[in-house]
Amino acid sequence: MKTAKKILSVAWLALILAFIYVPILLLAVYSFTDATMVGGAIDGISFKNYITLFENEELRGMILGTIALALGSALISAILGTLGAIGAFYSKKTAKHLINYANQIPVVNADVVTGFSLCVLLIVLLKIGKDTFVPLVLGHVVLCTPFVFLSVMPRLKQMDNNLYEAALDLGATPAQALMKVVIPQLLPGILSGFMLAVTLSLDDYFITTYTKPSTFDTISTYVVNATKGGQTDIKTALWALSTIIFVIVVAAVVLMNVLSGKKKKTEERV
Amino acid sequence: MTKTFKLRFNRKQLCIPYAAFLILFVICPLLVIVYYAFTNRTGQFTFDNLVLFFTNGNTLGTLLYSLAIAAATTAVCLVIAYPVAYILSRSKFRKKYVLLMLFVLPMWINFTLRITALKEILTAIEANISAYPFLNTVIGMSYDFLPFMILPLYTSLSKLDNSLTEAAADLGANNFTVFMRVILPLSVPGIISGVTMVLLPSMTNYVVLDMLYNSTYIMGSLIGSYFSHFDWNNGSMISLILLIIIFVITLATNRFSDNNETAGRNIL
Repeated sequence: MKTAKKILSVAWLALILAFIYVPILLLAVYSFTDATMVGGAIDGISFKNYITLFENEELRGMILGTIALALGSALISAILGTLGAIGAFYSKKTAKHLINYANQIPVVNADVVTGFSLCVLLIVLLKIGKDTFVPLVLGHVVLCTPFVFLSVMPRLKQMDNNLYEAALDLGATPAQALMKVVIPQLLPGILSGFMLAVTLSLDDYFITTYTKPSTFDTISTYVVNATKGGQTDIKTALWALSTIIFVIVVAAVVLMNVLSGKKKKTEERV
Repeated sequence: MTKTFKLRFNRKQLCIPYAAFLILFVICPLLVIVYYAFTNRTGQFTFDNLVLFFTNGNTLGTLLYSLAIAAATTAVCLVIAYPVAYILSRSKFRKKYVLLMLFVLPMWINFTLRITALKEILTAIEANISAYPFLNTVIGMSYDFLPFMILPLYTSLSKLDNSLTEAAADLGANNFTVFMRVILPLSVPGIISGVTMVLLPSMTNYVVLDMLYNSTYIMGSLIGSYFSHFDWNNGSMISLILLIIIFVITLATNRFSDNNETAGRNIL
C-alpha cells in the first residue's frame, strides 16, 4: 500500500516534469541539426543555427536591444520603487494606503489593458512619438516598479526604526542617513526587486507591442512574428536562442542554490 | 540653495516621485480609456461602443470563448498542480527545494520561446494542429501558466501544521477524510491565489493562441485587432470591460486569499 502510493507519487512528478521539459529539450536537440521541423530523423550535428544567431545582424540587435531595455527599465524601477516604498512606509495612513492600492493596479491588471491604455494616453492623446522609446521605457517601468515596491516593503517592516534616528542624532544629514544606513539595510529587497524587474521586462510581450517603435523588436515580439513568417532559417535560429536561454537559466538557478547553501553553512558556523 | 533643501527633506517626501508616477502613468491611462470608451472618433459622448460590444455576435462570442478557455486552463492547471504541490510539500526528500525549482524554472525562459517549443512538439504529434484549436490552446496555456499554480499551492501546503493531520488521524479519520476535511480546507487560500494567477492572464493572453494558429479568438486579441485598425474608442471599451471583469474577480478572491497573490512572481 505504502510503496504503491510512493510509486504513484514519483510517477506523477515524472510525468509532469516530462510535460514541462520534453518540448524544451527536444528543441535543444534539434537546434544542433539542419532539420527545419522537430520530429524528423536526425542526420548529423550542425551548428548552423548558432552561427546564424550570432552573425545575423537583425537577430543580434534584437537580443542586445531586449537586454538593454530590461536592464535600463529595471534600474529606473529599482530607484523609483525603493524611494516610493521608503516614502510610503513613513507616510500617514491614508497616503500609504492610497499608494499601496495604486501600486496594486498594474500587478492585477491584464498586461494587454496596461499596454493599450498607456498607448492611448501617451501616443494617441499626448502624441509622444513611439520612435523616441519614451512610451516603451515608461511602459516597462509601469510593469516592473510595483514589484520592486512590493519586495522592498517587507524589508522596511523588518528594519529597526531607530537606526535612521540614531544616524541623524550622530550628525548625519537625512541624505547621508538614507544612503549609508537605510539603503544598505534594504539592499537584499532592492536586489531581488531588480532581478524580478529584469525577468518581467525580458518576458513581456503585450506592453512592448503597444508602445514599441515599429523598427524595434524584443525577443517576445520578434519570436511571435517569426513563428508566423515563413523564414525557416530564422525560425530554427530561435531554437538555438531558446537553448542558450535555457542553459543560462539552469546555470543561474544552480549558482543561486550553491551560493545560498554556502551562506547557510557559514551562518551555521558563526 | 540646494544644500538647505537637502538638509530639510523628510523621509515621507521620498514617495512624491513614485506617487506622481502612479498618478500619471497608472491612474491617468485608465481615466483616458474610460473617456475614449464613451466617445466616438470625433470626440462626442456616445454609448455606441458599449452597444456594439453587446450586439456584435463576434465580440460576445469571443468573451464566452475566452471565459471557457480560461476556465478549462485553470481547471487543468489545478488538477495537475495540486498533486505535485501536495507530494512535494509532504516529501521527506532532503533536497525538495531543488525539485520545486525544477517545476518552476521554465518561468524564467521567455514564454514565446517555450510556446515555440510546444508548437513544434504538437505539430510533430498531431500533424495538423489546427484540427483541435480548443484542446491545443488549453494545452499551450497550461504549459505557460503551470508554475504560477504550483507555487502558491506549495506555499500554502507546506505551511500546513502536521500535528493537525496527525490529530485527525488519531481521532479516527481515514486518509481520505483527513484530506477532505483538514488538508483541503486549509489549502483554500493557496488554491484561490493560484486560480487568480492563472485565470486572469489566461483570459487575456492571446499570444499563445496567436502563435499556435495565426488567428485569435480571445478577449485580449480584440484589443489587438482594434489597435491595428487604430480604433482607439472600441479598443478602450473592450479594455474597460476587461478591467471591470478583472476588478470583480480580484475583489471576490481577495476576501479569501492570505495576501500572497504575488507569491508566484515573487519567488526570487
